[in-house]
Amino acid sequence: MGSGLRDRALWKVALGATGSRPGRGRSPCSGDRKKEAAALPGGPAGSANRANRPPERHSSPRAGAGAEAGHSKRALPGADRPKQRISDGRRAPGRGSCAAAPRGAAGEGAGRSASGRRSALGAPAGGGGGGARLGAVGPEEAGLPQGAGRGLSGRVAARRRSDGGPGREGAAPWGGEAGSGAEGLGVAGAVSGRSEPACGPQEGTAGAGAGLAGPWSLGCGPGEAEAGPTSRLGALRRPTFASPRFPRQGWEEPAGTAPGRETMPYLGSEDVVKELKKALCNPHVQADRLRYRNVIQRVIRMPKLDQWGQAEVLNFLLRYQPRSEEELFDILNLLDSFLKSSSPGVVMGATKLFLILAKKFPHVQTDVLVQVKGPLLAACSSESRELCFAALCHVRQILHSLPGHFSSHYKKFFCSYSEPHYIKLQKVEVLCELVNDENVQQVLEELRGYCTDVSADFAQAAIFAIGGIARTYTDQCVQILTELLGLRQEHITTVVVQTFRDLVWLCPQCTEAVCQALPGCEENIQDSEGKQALIWLLGVHGERIPNAPYVLEDFVENVKSETFPAVKMELLTALLRLFLCRPAECQDMLGRLLHYCIEEEKDMAVRDRGLFYYRLLLAGIDEVKRILCSPKSDPSLGLLEDQAERPVNSWASDFNTLVPVYGKARWAAISKYQGAEHRGPELPNTASFASSGPLIPEEHKETVQEPDSGALMLVPNCQLTAEYFEKTWFSLKVAHQQVFPWKGAVHPDTLQMALQVVNIQTIAMSRAGAHPWKAYLSAQDDTGCLFLTELLLEPENSEMQISVKQNEPRTETLNGFISVLETVLGTIGDIKS
Amino acid sequence: MISQFFILSSKGDPLIYKDFRGDSGGRDVAELFYRKLTGLPGDESPVVMHHDDRHFIHIRHSGLYLVATTSENISPFSLLELLSRLATLLGDYCGSLSEGTISRNVALVYELLDEVLDYGYVQTTSMEMLRNFIQTEAVVSKPFSLFDLSSVGLFGAETQQSKVAPSTAASRPVLASRSDQSQKNEVFLDVVERLSVLIASNGSLLKVDVQGEIRLKSFLPSGSGEKSQGGAWDRQLLSAVYGGIWQPFLTFFPLTEMRIGLTEEFCVGKSELRGYGPGIRVDEVSFHSSVLLEEFESHRILRLQPPQGELTVMRYQLSDDLPSPLPFRLFPSVQWDRGSGRLQVYLKLRCDLPPKSQALNVRLHLPLPRGVVSLSQELSGPEQKAELGEGALRWDLPRVQGGSQLSGLFQMDVPGLPGPPGQGHSTTAPLGLGPASLSFELPRHTCSGLQVRFLRLAFRPCGSTSPHKWVRHLSHSDAYVIRI
Repeated sequence: MGSGLRDRALWKVALGATGSRPGRGRSPCSGDRKKEAAALPGGPAGSANRANRPPERHSSPRAGAGAEAGHSKRALPGADRPKQRISDGRRAPGRGSCAAAPRGAAGEGAGRSASGRRSALGAPAGGGGGGARLGAVGPEEAGLPQGAGRGLSGRVAARRRSDGGPGREGAAPWGGEAGSGAEGLGVAGAVSGRSEPACGPQEGTAGAGAGLAGPWSLGCGPGEAEAGPTSRLGALRRPTFASPRFPRQGWEEPAGTAPGRETMPYLGSEDVVKELKKALCNPHVQADRLRYRNVIQRVIRMPKLDQWGQAEVLNFLLRYQPRSEEELFDILNLLDSFLKSSSPGVVMGATKLFLILAKKFPHVQTDVLVQVKGPLLAACSSESRELCFAALCHVRQILHSLPGHFSSHYKKFFCSYSEPHYIKLQKVEVLCELVNDENVQQVLEELRGYCTDVSADFAQAAIFAIGGIARTYTDQCVQILTELLGLRQEHITTVVVQTFRDLVWLCPQCTEAVCQALPGCEENIQDSEGKQALIWLLGVHGERIPNAPYVLEDFVENVKSETFPAVKMELLTALLRLFLCRPAECQDMLGRLLHYCIEEEKDMAVRDRGLFYYRLLLAGIDEVKRILCSPKSDPSLGLLEDQAERPVNSWASDFNTLVPVYGKARWAAISKYQGAEHRGPELPNTASFASSGPLIPEEHKETVQEPDSGALMLVPNCQLTAEYFEKTWFSLKVAHQQVFPWKGAVHPDTLQMALQVVNIQTIAMSRAGAHPWKAYLSAQDDTGCLFLTELLLEPENSEMQISVKQNEPRTETLNGFISVLETVLGTIGDIKS
Repeated sequence: MISQFFILSSKGDPLIYKDFRGDSGGRDVAELFYRKLTGLPGDESPVVMHHDDRHFIHIRHSGLYLVATTSENISPFSLLELLSRLATLLGDYCGSLSEGTISRNVALVYELLDEVLDYGYVQTTSMEMLRNFIQTEAVVSKPFSLFDLSSVGLFGAETQQSKVAPSTAASRPVLASRSDQSQKNEVFLDVVERLSVLIASNGSLLKVDVQGEIRLKSFLPSGSGEKSQGGAWDRQLLSAVYGGIWQPFLTFFPLTEMRIGLTEEFCVGKSELRGYGPGIRVDEVSFHSSVLLEEFESHRILRLQPPQGELTVMRYQLSDDLPSPLPFRLFPSVQWDRGSGRLQVYLKLRCDLPPKSQALNVRLHLPLPRGVVSLSQELSGPEQKAELGEGALRWDLPRVQGGSQLSGLFQMDVPGLPGPPGQGHSTTAPLGLGPASLSFELPRHTCSGLQVRFLRLAFRPCGSTSPHKWVRHLSHSDAYVIRI
């Protein structure tokens, strides 16, 4: 596209640096502008303050990082969101810097500066308790693009007292690190004048962990927070959702052990991910919550990562299970800027992560989806067709859960004639799904234009879409469809008639209109689907269509040359139905048709159907009526379909994968196929960890829980051959035998599925309803102990006999296994009864 | 994670094939892809296809298929982004992306792919990194032509004062070759807007959508001063320190900084208003992550250190509220005689651009009812052309001056369109006629009114010749639809 344009137009010489063409009204002379800028409080004035600041303000070695992070957010988070932010001065913990640690954070003041807004704060020192004062606005703030901290740095820094306490110098390595991390969001700490060096470590911990400024939080009101040892100043009110409570003992100085300190060198995304994995697997890191969190934070905000790395890290983080809500929201806050990335891959990765992390917070999910609306719409009108298609598929996915989500943007989904077919089809689907009272008129108008498109496929898709909308807005749509019949084009008429058939079944109120529209369209229908639909309509609603028998008569006349058996079947049924209400007109041709079907037809199904109807007629007309006169519509079906609004969580894990792009149904077919091919043992592949289960925390949790459930852990993929099973079965003694109450027959499939869930494999099983019914099961626990089981259901007894054999005699695991088995059998039994 | 990457020509010939993970299983994956693509049923999208356990994801770029295969359920957005980034990179290195340039530069492309992807994982796609590792030079074919001679001024010296550059100026490899030291330092800045408009049959505006981009293509050596003085020596040094020592070394030097000044009245969002008079408003803006925005808030200046090659500096969108009038209005009138099947369409096209501007390559596309057999036309200008094709009328207007009005009268016979009997002439359009759509280009015009005020480059003091800077404004139609 671009190159094509480039070929035609000409380049123009740039305006020189002297600015030969002045901007409207104002001269773009740079000298003037500098003066102007100097007059602003946030610009160079800020840097002057920075220069005046005493040297021990060591809050940020790299002011640039803060500035960078600031830029990437366009509308700064929370600018238009009513939520409270977590506003914790978080920076520079560690022994040396404790005096400057953020405990004193006079709640409000720190909060606002932390959020990176420029707002010149009203009363910076007002919020704090006793001797707390504000200060320490990081120099990075002066560099923020929006002039963040304008005024604040000027006024507040001047008021700082210099009794910061001893030990300001010599920040511990972790202090430095966390400090540099804090720059990313431009967080300001505040000084408490009276802190003591003795409480350093704890304070540092609290400071580093105490939440990050950002828009995501749970609570709305300011929560009362316990603020560590420095709270001797009095409990401070902080608008945060939970207080950070950390173990105060056993905190060890992690000097130098953390990988990738300060700035991580550029290693490529894969290495970064490995780094994180290694760090998180480290038991020392795991044991220490602070370090754990710091590792995550460092990786997440890795400033050097390019977009591929970011996408990779976001994907990787999907496997991380936060241990608490607080941590969860910390992560969300850290990741918020990714939602505004200019790369759609990163935005979608972040969205998916948000949706999955916040699976228990629907309002957060909705909020994320609102935020991602902009980038998605931009991608939908992107110049790259392929990207556009992927975005449209995801829009559809979102619409399944939030039907009104894109309704106001319906115009973005209008098709243009130069677009490829597959995009048009997607857009029509989207239009069909986002229709509401306000836009229905415009959308239908647009869809009607598509119905006469040159491409027959696209025209038909548009007609089906109108049919879909007709379930809600029946009258308008039926009118449009009726007009389309007037075109007398084959491909249009056939689809319109099919749409009518479906519509009449779901919305009986439109029957009258449809019946009036039908006469005449038989001339323009040639294909099987269309003929079937028309014949069905004539049969079921024939009493309202005056010429119905004559249309059917034409079909009967030509039945010999009819190629589709389905049409003949439909014709038989329709004619018999019509015969019931208009016998005089139909009797003769019904006879002819039956005669043809029974005597001459070669298709077995048609002949049998003919014979069936013939014998049915022999049984008497009342009998025929009883069998054929079924309801003519089923409005509840439509309601059922509309109710298919799915929760966000049902597709959150599919977001930003190939699943929406293929479509759910096709994906199911693909993965079934793939599953059948690859039933082999899964190799431990470091590369494919994206889909290979959760990270350490969850595994950890499992092992913690395991002892409660009887120290039994069955291994999933224990595959025994039938021969091996048989051999082992006969070589072992029965270790346990019991009977289990059971009623009725067994559904082998259900049982097998249920057993699969708990990692018990089925070796062999009788058919359903066999007497006696038997099943052989096997399982293996993590120590290698085999459990072989026989289930026996005698027909006369109402109980299941269970015999278990074990290759290593261990009672406690055996009991565990039996209880698992009992649970499964009990559950299945409950379902049945 | 990518298993294979390959480039096919539009006819399905493999130009480039690279297997990153060796899991092709001995099959010809490229062949498989093309067979799959051509045999696809019409209602399925070709973007993502699968065969066995392999997913094919591709983009079409300048007539080529860039295909990646993967066996994992990965993010389609990232992968598509990667493919288009690869297309841009290849274009930067080879000058332009086409079958010819790719097949001339096979070695270069493979080298590039080796550096960008390792075992199917992205290493880097940044020009700054890659230029340290790519040794091969692009082969550019320069067919001799008289036009080239015309750009050579008196005494063989190039005219430095020329005010316009040829449009192909930007399609050359970004990295200057060793032999050719005469390459100029040039920067090209494009403000490109795509316009999609929908006008109802009564003339009311239903939808306006402007998608804008500021694109930069930089041929500046990003190492600034020294590098341009001794190119050949630099390259030897680079190959000597191949192990990556060069990279941090490079970053110590301040790079060229570019400042792009946008119209000062430019405002973002609905509420904000700047300056006096009607501002230039857009709904949403997003910037490339390398753009520094300190001066954007106050003076609408974007700062960045331009990497070599192409870069989208800024993207913006504007909908529903255009400051300037629409470039074109169409006034159609339709006469349809149902009895004889005669259809007469009179189209009047008014161009509402300022008189000094013009629109190029204007083409009107009007779908007709099925069965149109003959066409007779009366056009207002000799250079115009109208013809029937693919069930539609095409009216080509190579050049339309701002403020002018053009008209065309078209008469057609539609015998296969039997209407309800007993009706004579009617002015309602038969179904199947319309909507009309226009495609055009508006050079030196942006629909949003956004202009680049200036483009400044701050060189280090030892910098050599001052670079050439070219700025271009351009709007073109994405979908300009007028219902009839």
